[in-house]
Amino acid sequence: MRNRKKKKKSVEDIILDVIIYSILILLAIVTFYPMWYVVVASFSSGSYIISQEILLWPGDFNLEAYKLTFRHPLLVKSFGNSLMVLALGLPINIVLTVLAGYFMSSTTKVYWKKPIIYMILFTMFFNGGLVPNYLNVKDLRIFNTIWALVLPGALSVYNANICKTAMEAIPYSLHESAYLDGASDLKVLFKIVLPLMKPTMAVLLLYYGVAHWNAWFNASIYIRDEQKLPAQNILRAVLLENTTLAESAGDSYNAYAEAMQYAAIVIITVPIVCVYPFLQKHFAKGVMIGAVKG
Amino acid sequence: MLSGKAIVKDFKKNKLIYLMVLPVIIYLILFCYKPMYGIIIAFQRFRPGLGIERSPWVGLNNFVRFFKDIYFWRVVKNTFTISFLNILFTFPAPILLALLLNEVQCSWFKRTVQTVTYLPHFIAMVVVCGLINQFCRSDGLINDVIAFFGGERANLLIKTEMFYPIYIISGIWKEIGWSSIIYLATLAGIDQEQYEAAKIDGAGRIQQMRYITLPGLMPTISMLLILKMGQVLNIGMEKILLLYHEMTYEVADVISTYVYRKGLIDADYSYSTAIGLFNSIVNIVFLVGANKISKKLGQSGLF
Repeated sequence: MRNRKKKKKSVEDIILDVIIYSILILLAIVTFYPMWYVVVASFSSGSYIISQEILLWPGDFNLEAYKLTFRHPLLVKSFGNSLMVLALGLPINIVLTVLAGYFMSSTTKVYWKKPIIYMILFTMFFNGGLVPNYLNVKDLRIFNTIWALVLPGALSVYNANICKTAMEAIPYSLHESAYLDGASDLKVLFKIVLPLMKPTMAVLLLYYGVAHWNAWFNASIYIRDEQKLPAQNILRAVLLENTTLAESAGDSYNAYAEAMQYAAIVIITVPIVCVYPFLQKHFAKGVMIGAVKG
Repeated sequence: MLSGKAIVKDFKKNKLIYLMVLPVIIYLILFCYKPMYGIIIAFQRFRPGLGIERSPWVGLNNFVRFFKDIYFWRVVKNTFTISFLNILFTFPAPILLALLLNEVQCSWFKRTVQTVTYLPHFIAMVVVCGLINQFCRSDGLINDVIAFFGGERANLLIKTEMFYPIYIISGIWKEIGWSSIIYLATLAGIDQEQYEAAKIDGAGRIQQMRYITLPGLMPTISMLLILKMGQVLNIGMEKILLLYHEMTYEVADVISTYVYRKGLIDADYSYSTAIGLFNSIVNIVFLVGANKISKKLGQSGLF
């Protein structure tokens, strides 16, 4: 497209550009505004939110909603629970994904290779379904524990395929020379393969991390104890089931009840927005690899 | 076939590789294959107290019950409708965005639009639906706009005729940018010389778009479309569970949400499992069919 610039633009081109840019600007605004609204509302007082037709900028700018949110025992606890799921879940996700990816990409002749690969891939197309999975979690005695949020779905075969494709892109001669030096597969994996696929690992961490952070469904069926719920579930109760955050019913809570909802949204979304720029450059690559079938 | 001896030898020789894949196998058995065994309760009248071993068998009763269920047509129809609307509106949106972005020469503008439109993909479904709920309330943002134009205020989420527009538009909002990545990547691979040649032949930009860019995208579009076709009965339940309401069940209740209500709210385990199994089997039939079509059309299939 660089070449097109050289020529002088015709009238047709200019009209086309105006149309294209206007559509895109409109789209960007429509996409961005709801997010902006949330941020603005979280810094405003309840009466200001109600009094304004269109929020563009915080009114009565204050941090009261954030202070109250951070003082809310259940919300704070739920953030801790979400972090705990990440801390326990991500290492398990990555280990399983890398091991599955390495096995699928390995060129070593192994008798059971095909059956095992089919065993892995089959789970992409068929699964037990809601109730059998639910009964399984009860059966394994991890019901109402954090493990019910960590273990089911710990291996995404889709991500294992991304991992496998990235591993296959590494020249085999590197493995070969390592084998000749007497290195085992474990050593090849850690010393040669993994250091060469850091961008892919970043994408995998992002995918799993966002999935854990945004998950709510499993907790809604597997966790009975309010104190063990992750943040999304508390947020769901607040935003969609009209549970009020102002349980202690103080005046300040009531005045900021709505702003607190938005503050909670901001707090829970900020971690994702923070890692986003660092990983954006790897997106296209990850998506492309994922689109290529196994 | 290998003899027993050869299998033992293979195990000994490749001990480490097998050991490395062992955690994956254990995981799959415990969390994927064990629940698959649990599907047999679809053919039983399962009682948790009796367990799978001692619950009475009822053959295909649960399936027959589903076909006779007064809600059978409702959930099947709604599932197909939502899938169809997705293919009609949600599917082409990112293609259009990619075509538009491809015409943008100003790189910072392009990057800004991309950054903004990718972002909603990462926003939690709970948050998205919470916002939809806020904006659709009778004193919410959308009603402010409606009232401004002289319309009447109403909670849009309990209106049956508003459910599909809300569902589809919010779906486009969330995924348009992210889904466009694959098309943009395909466009980056189109040979620039084609555009040069077209220009020498006097083709305008619209013609270039029509005769070079769009055909260049076609293989990707048809591959993704076929994949979508393979999933028509596979509507995720999370968003619907968060958005629907007893008053909108008429249009919003799909197979997966019905499975959820029957299984986990009514604790009708066997019946719910039977519906889920029926759904999975139909899904696989559709997927295999779509794959066959894809191969016939000369595209590479999924498997």
